[in-house]
Amino acid sequence: MRLLFCSLLMVGAVFTASAEEIPEDPLGSIQWDDMYRAYLSEHKVVFDDRVKVMAPEFAEDSMNVPVSVDASKLTGIREILLFAEFNPIPKILKFFPVSSKAVFSFRFKIQQASPVRAAVLTSDNVWHVGGVWIDAAGGGCTTASDDRLGGDWADHLGEISAGVWNRNDSIRTKIAINHPMDTGLVAGIPAFYLEKIDVTDDEGKLLLRIEPFEPVQENPVFTLDVSKSAVINIEAVDNNANEFSARVVQ
Amino acid sequence: MKKAISILALSILVSLPVSAAKYDYGLEAKKIGVDTYLFLGKKEDFSFQNGGNIVNTGFIVTSSGVVVIDTGSSKRYGEQMLAEIRKQADKPVYKVINTHHHPDHFLGNQSFKPAPIAALKGTVKDIKSSGEMFSENLYRMTGDWMRGTEAVVPDVTLQPGAEEIGGHQIEYIELSGHTGSDLAVFDRTTGVLFAGDLVFYNRTLTTPHAIPEKWFVALDRLSKLPFKVLVPGHGEPVTDLSAIEQTRDYLRWLVETLDSAANKGQSMNEVMQEKIPARFANLALVKSEFNRSVVHLFPAVEKKTLHRAN
Repeated sequence: MRLLFCSLLMVGAVFTASAEEIPEDPLGSIQWDDMYRAYLSEHKVVFDDRVKVMAPEFAEDSMNVPVSVDASKLTGIREILLFAEFNPIPKILKFFPVSSKAVFSFRFKIQQASPVRAAVLTSDNVWHVGGVWIDAAGGGCTTASDDRLGGDWADHLGEISAGVWNRNDSIRTKIAINHPMDTGLVAGIPAFYLEKIDVTDDEGKLLLRIEPFEPVQENPVFTLDVSKSAVINIEAVDNNANEFSARVVQ
Repeated sequence: MKKAISILALSILVSLPVSAAKYDYGLEAKKIGVDTYLFLGKKEDFSFQNGGNIVNTGFIVTSSGVVVIDTGSSKRYGEQMLAEIRKQADKPVYKVINTHHHPDHFLGNQSFKPAPIAALKGTVKDIKSSGEMFSENLYRMTGDWMRGTEAVVPDVTLQPGAEEIGGHQIEYIELSGHTGSDLAVFDRTTGVLFAGDLVFYNRTLTTPHAIPEKWFVALDRLSKLPFKVLVPGHGEPVTDLSAIEQTRDYLRWLVETLDSAANKGQSMNEVMQEKIPARFANLALVKSEFNRSVVHLFPAVEKKTLHRAN
């Protein structure tokens, strides 16, 4: 609330300057300016139709909201940051396509109606931003995960399952990792989440990297288009330094 | 956040049309068979405009009293239903039956107390565990229509089988598929079958707790009953197999679509882009319900295509 008040004051005081600095949000969110300042202001920011974010209009299950990003029309991508600005923890995930396609899907927890946005940083130091609004009944971030309630999450921690489908120019890969992905916002359950997932080839060359934050779904499933490789190695680490790895042979 | 919601709710209340402000569902008991009446719900999703009147409920007037099948989405719905029942019958309510644990079918229960409220064992358990959550959800979706509504858990566990009530041979058929516990009520005396939400007609079926393979079995069982009138949980009553067949056709398409998408490695959002066949175009809410079903059912289907890698 205080932040909103401050930004309102700023709009009044230095209207011209801020209007030039911060591009107008096509989604009309009152949190946009704060997101800009928090994550994007070091570089130029443009809203760009080439950054496609897909999500249903309404979050049927606030613990599992499917989102897909396709930024494959852009070249020279350094990183992609996903955030939902009305979530108590706005940052959802960072994606580094490295040699793979900038196309990926997963599910995340939403606390209330919010835009979900992908900001794509290209090598010319420009953030290209795309996004959509998602309506939600809410509660996703402050609800305990299913396995927490079931009490058996530790039995399956770090189990990795995968599926691969050969496509013309890449390998459609699904990676599922058992992890509670606790946000730290539920009383008595500290934040406990996967921090990094590297996908490499057999020589150890990085094909893509994912850096999840707390809002990524419990037992996440990532749908990826990995560059061609006979073997895919998956190495994941969480914020308690637990390491999990798996090897998928085509 | 709570404050924001109440301010929002307040601004909706201030601007609402007078008719909605009276919280009158406009229920009319329609006679569909001997001694048998139906309150036909709208083929919509819950909203403030419809107040949750989206479900079919009904009643049978027997010489021993009135048998009520499902109680609607709120205390107000139950009260208004009871008032309409009084216009058709001067007998007490003999028994109230809940076909399954979804909120539009049981949240009117409290208005029928102290009449006995009966449901299958699984339904009683599910109402006990989810009733309050459903009630809170509906407050959010329909607002003040829900005033005073509390989830009342059935106090009688219904045994499957036949029961004679005031000259009516009533059969309780225990099934599952729409949820883990679904009841169909078949009045063998009149030939009216209350199918609950195992059957939808011209309104897309919903799947938040669906078990498709069991649902197909239930539909086969229902299609063999010698009914004269079938009352679906949502949509108009029918006198033939058309509603069962439509439900089965859509469910089969849904299952096959999800299977095929999972086997191609598609993501949930990719599945949601799937074109819906023209024969389902007349089903109310088909696009939004399809998307909801993808969220409900796809994760389990997808899981079957993944293999342990460590």
